[in-house]
Amino acid sequence: MPAVTETREAVEKLGLSSYKWGFETDIDMDVAPKGLNEDIVRLISARKEEPEWMLEWRLAAFRSWLQMKEPEWAKVSHPPIDYQDAHYYAAPKKKPGPKSLEEVDPELLRTYEKLGIPLHEQAMLAGVEVPEGEQARMPVAVDAVFDSVSVVTTFRKTLEEAGVIFCPISEAIKEHPELVKKYLGTVVPVGDNFFSALNSAVFTDGSFVYVPEGVRCPMELSTYFRINSRNTGQFERTLIIVEDRASVSYLEGCTAPMRDENQLHAAVVELVAMEDASIKYSTVQNWYPGDENGRGGIYNFVTKRGACRGARSKISWTQVETGSAITWKYPSCILQGEGSVGEFYSVAVTNNHQQADTGTKMIHIGKNTRSTIIAKTISAGNSDSTYRGLVRVQPKASGARNFTQCDSLLIGDQCGAHTVPYIECRNAQARIEHEATTSKISEDQLFYCRQRGLSEEDSVGLIVNGFCRDVLKELPMEFAVEAQKLLQISLEGSVG
Amino acid sequence: MSAPLAVTLEPFRKQLEGVSGQPQKTALEALHHTGLPDRRVEDWKYTSLRFLAGSVFHKPGKNYDSAKARAALAALGLAEGAVAELPRLVFVNGHFVADLSVTKGLFACSFYTADKAEPGSLVRSDREPLAALNTVLAENGVVISVPEGIDAGQVLLVSLGQADSDAVSYHPRHSVHVAKGGKLSLLSVQAGEGHYLHNPVTEVFVAAEAELRHVTLQAESDAAANLSTLYAQIEERGNYDSFVVGIGAALSRHEVHACLAESFAQVHINGVQRLAQTQHGDITSVITHAAPDCISRQTVRNVLDDRARGVFQGKVLVEQIAQKTDGYQMNQALLLSGQAEIDAKPQLEIYADDVKCSHGATVGALDDDQLFYMRSRGVPEGEARQILIDAFLEEVLELIGDETAREVCKTVIARRFPVSEEGA
Amino acid sequence: MSQFLDISGLNARIDADGQEKEILRGVDLVIPPGEVHAIMGPNGSGKSTLSYVLAGREDYEVTSGSVSFQGKDLLEMEPEERAAAGLFLAFQSPVELPGVNNANFLRTAVNAVRRARGQEELDAVNFLKTVRAAAKELGMSPDMLKRNVNVGFSGGEKKRNEVLQMTLLQPSFAILDETDSGLDVDALRIVAEGVKRLRSPQFSALVITHHQRLLEYIVPDRIHVMAKGRIIHSGGPELAQQIDREGYTKFLAEAA
Repeated sequence: MPAVTETREAVEKLGLSSYKWGFETDIDMDVAPKGLNEDIVRLISARKEEPEWMLEWRLAAFRSWLQMKEPEWAKVSHPPIDYQDAHYYAAPKKKPGPKSLEEVDPELLRTYEKLGIPLHEQAMLAGVEVPEGEQARMPVAVDAVFDSVSVVTTFRKTLEEAGVIFCPISEAIKEHPELVKKYLGTVVPVGDNFFSALNSAVFTDGSFVYVPEGVRCPMELSTYFRINSRNTGQFERTLIIVEDRASVSYLEGCTAPMRDENQLHAAVVELVAMEDASIKYSTVQNWYPGDENGRGGIYNFVTKRGACRGARSKISWTQVETGSAITWKYPSCILQGEGSVGEFYSVAVTNNHQQADTGTKMIHIGKNTRSTIIAKTISAGNSDSTYRGLVRVQPKASGARNFTQCDSLLIGDQCGAHTVPYIECRNAQARIEHEATTSKISEDQLFYCRQRGLSEEDSVGLIVNGFCRDVLKELPMEFAVEAQKLLQISLEGSVG
Repeated sequence: MSAPLAVTLEPFRKQLEGVSGQPQKTALEALHHTGLPDRRVEDWKYTSLRFLAGSVFHKPGKNYDSAKARAALAALGLAEGAVAELPRLVFVNGHFVADLSVTKGLFACSFYTADKAEPGSLVRSDREPLAALNTVLAENGVVISVPEGIDAGQVLLVSLGQADSDAVSYHPRHSVHVAKGGKLSLLSVQAGEGHYLHNPVTEVFVAAEAELRHVTLQAESDAAANLSTLYAQIEERGNYDSFVVGIGAALSRHEVHACLAESFAQVHINGVQRLAQTQHGDITSVITHAAPDCISRQTVRNVLDDRARGVFQGKVLVEQIAQKTDGYQMNQALLLSGQAEIDAKPQLEIYADDVKCSHGATVGALDDDQLFYMRSRGVPEGEARQILIDAFLEEVLELIGDETAREVCKTVIARRFPVSEEGA
Repeated sequence: MSQFLDISGLNARIDADGQEKEILRGVDLVIPPGEVHAIMGPNGSGKSTLSYVLAGREDYEVTSGSVSFQGKDLLEMEPEERAAAGLFLAFQSPVELPGVNNANFLRTAVNAVRRARGQEELDAVNFLKTVRAAAKELGMSPDMLKRNVNVGFSGGEKKRNEVLQMTLLQPSFAILDETDSGLDVDALRIVAEGVKRLRSPQFSALVITHHQRLLEYIVPDRIHVMAKGRIIHSGGPELAQQIDREGYTKFLAEAA
């Protein structure tokens, strides 16, 4: 167990980093031995007290993973990952499960406080537009996942009354096996890719959401993920099912402490939207990006996919990616239902030695399906950022529409920004429009802001936030505030 | 490092035996190492070479059918009008044919021979397998050198394929040098009959302040494959203005690697593809900005009917030194049938910060409102469709600066796609 | 005792496409506190360059000369420091900031400047009140505060927005670079009113213009004629009419 507990203040005093979430929490942990084999998979399943079918599912995934190779097509490079040199299970020592916040390890709660959960920023002061006569804020239900384990879920009662299930997936496997069995792995099949297979074999927790027919989820659902232990991979698994005419907005935030070594994060998120259902999935990803010299940081290899199964269903992904040493992530929509809608709004910021290869896939299968992609990429320092996206229109998707806008902003001449869209159209009644631009921050804009009294860094922050506006405005308000600050913090030291 | 060898070299086995000469041997080694690319190779994701498998391609002899060749030239509209007056170099099955050529008014022209192959040029046999195949098998080709400060006018370069029962393959190696301040307008027409593979490699050097206009009209036989690779290097304030028209061949790929090597250089890689039936046409380009203040422009339009498939891959690479780069790329496709397909992969790879680069892509069908409008004015549907298609292509064809070349292209397109009476 | 603004022997050049171009060739100009001066002159005489150099635009290289502003060496200061010190430039072509909300930008700027001046920052509510009132006086629709900075603004709207910023930033010295261009008579009057409201013994201004029209509304204390990078003639407010009647030819001839 690590002995050092660094608080945010201490770190800031030392001036080591602008990464303000880099503290580590000292909590008694239950950690599996390093390495990955069938026994570890069995151990995870046993620790989670899973039914036999789940173990079988994991083992099948593990066996298929053994046959697979790490993908090489992304524009990222890293030393080979030794999959045997990590712990695949780490959890706060098991006490009787917490029933309420009072029962949770206070050290853990302090951690979340430091993370600013829930956020209480005054949005207006931070520059977010608030419509006049603003309504009282909706409460947010939070599921907090610490290393591999969900530690607390708030507001469960209120949700239950509405018929909404929001719980750790480990619990759902036991309590709602019929739902999990029916949907798990149907959007991202076990063998979909190297990392999803790995996740399927070893995932330890994550969130599960079920919104029944006709229910509009009464509050935002939120999960905060945090990697804490050394040498632990985090493999969470999220499954969200929204039935006919139901809707939900789900938020996801991520942080990790500062480490010299790289840590692996390979999550899988599956969304299912039935007829007239809508899912809004927002992410602010701020895993530790490594230091100025590219040491440490999280390898973030994530598979996120949503299936618009029902007619007129809608899945909207919004992401702000500022963290991780490497990001490899393509939240996608399978637009199966007639008239279904897929959206992808993304801001990816890289600085120092970060690498990001991110984008989306919009697969138009049903008639009159529509998709919108807005991707904003900002590269600074020695970083490399790639937008990679696929728009595919299948032969039966008559009337399909896509609009894609990708803009890249370069800060400094040591970084790279790349745009790689794939457009595949097999229907003559489809219409696809794609636009991409790359430019640097304009000298005119910088000078104008500085003439009005803003410092150079604030000017850059302001211009960058403006550049990202079309994406940030898709975020729920509290997240938008956090995201704006993150953007500025991420770019610190990149000008001048 | 070794790429999978799913498309074997079997179709060329006979020809590849007994290769002599060092550049040829080196290229063959590279070719054996990589094989011909299959679709798992990223640059060949959308174009399969399986078309070549199952055939044996023979090395063509020097005999050719003169009457057929003359008829082909006439059918291409090259025997009449302004184009008939141009100096012309005619190759049949990759061999130069003096009888069909007119070298009067043409200067500084010589021929490529395998024993004089120069290594160290722009061709990357190690990287492009089809260029490697060309290097191994090339026997002939033209070398045009425009001297400093000279306007060499227009030149017509024709390649005709003639294959009977046996499939043939020919691999000409051309190069064009325009020295400082020189000028040339080159029209390259590719056509033929029967089942053959035309695999030309062309090197283009545009020196400082020189200009090369280069139009390629690819109207090969419906049973043929045309796999062209072109390498261009443009020096300070030089301008390489190229245009490709693709209407022929069962399988075609026009691959251009252009390097803007010195500042204020310009390159234009424009084109149109008009494909039908089961044709597959691929326009691939890599434009490298290796110096500051250069300009690249690319507009490509595709019209795809029946089960045709169009592919556009365009990469613009801006190196760190290439500040003030101005790059623009646009790919548009019109799908005329439910079975047609377009695959586009425009790509920006940028390492300099003071740049202005953009690309756009659109895919759509003919505009129903426009069609209806014209029909309500009495224009039959087939004709109305034709008018809209022509208008779509016309805008891009206007980018062909050489009027003679432009007229030839338009004539050949119009002959291949006459107005249909009823709508499709 | 140094003057409020003292420009002495100012030379500046710009690097245009690899070629150095001298634009200011020995500008001498003194503006005492509380005075409004105007600079008139033909196109390309260096008027806008002077305003950029005073505001600290980095593309221009000052090769010699000095500028002291309220006793400080202006040329040593960063653009934002000059703003905090009280220098305001109303741009000839106000820059568009896509995605940046106008009210938010204004508040960020006002608070940055207040912070630097040791004043308390304005909270959101108070700020919005102040800005709405100021916008109303300038005849701006409230809608303009919600839009992105200068994006999609008409020429007149942009100029009013500049004056709005000036009003809120409360400069001690404002440079108005052709703020009158593209304005109709009504807008011109509103802009001039905005400037007049700021007039006080603690406020000076330098008005750069082509036409004497604006100077009918903002009557300057002194008028300077600029040509070929230098001030070639100075006089009282009556100079404006003379230039309007006779053009610059006479002054150019005298200077030559």
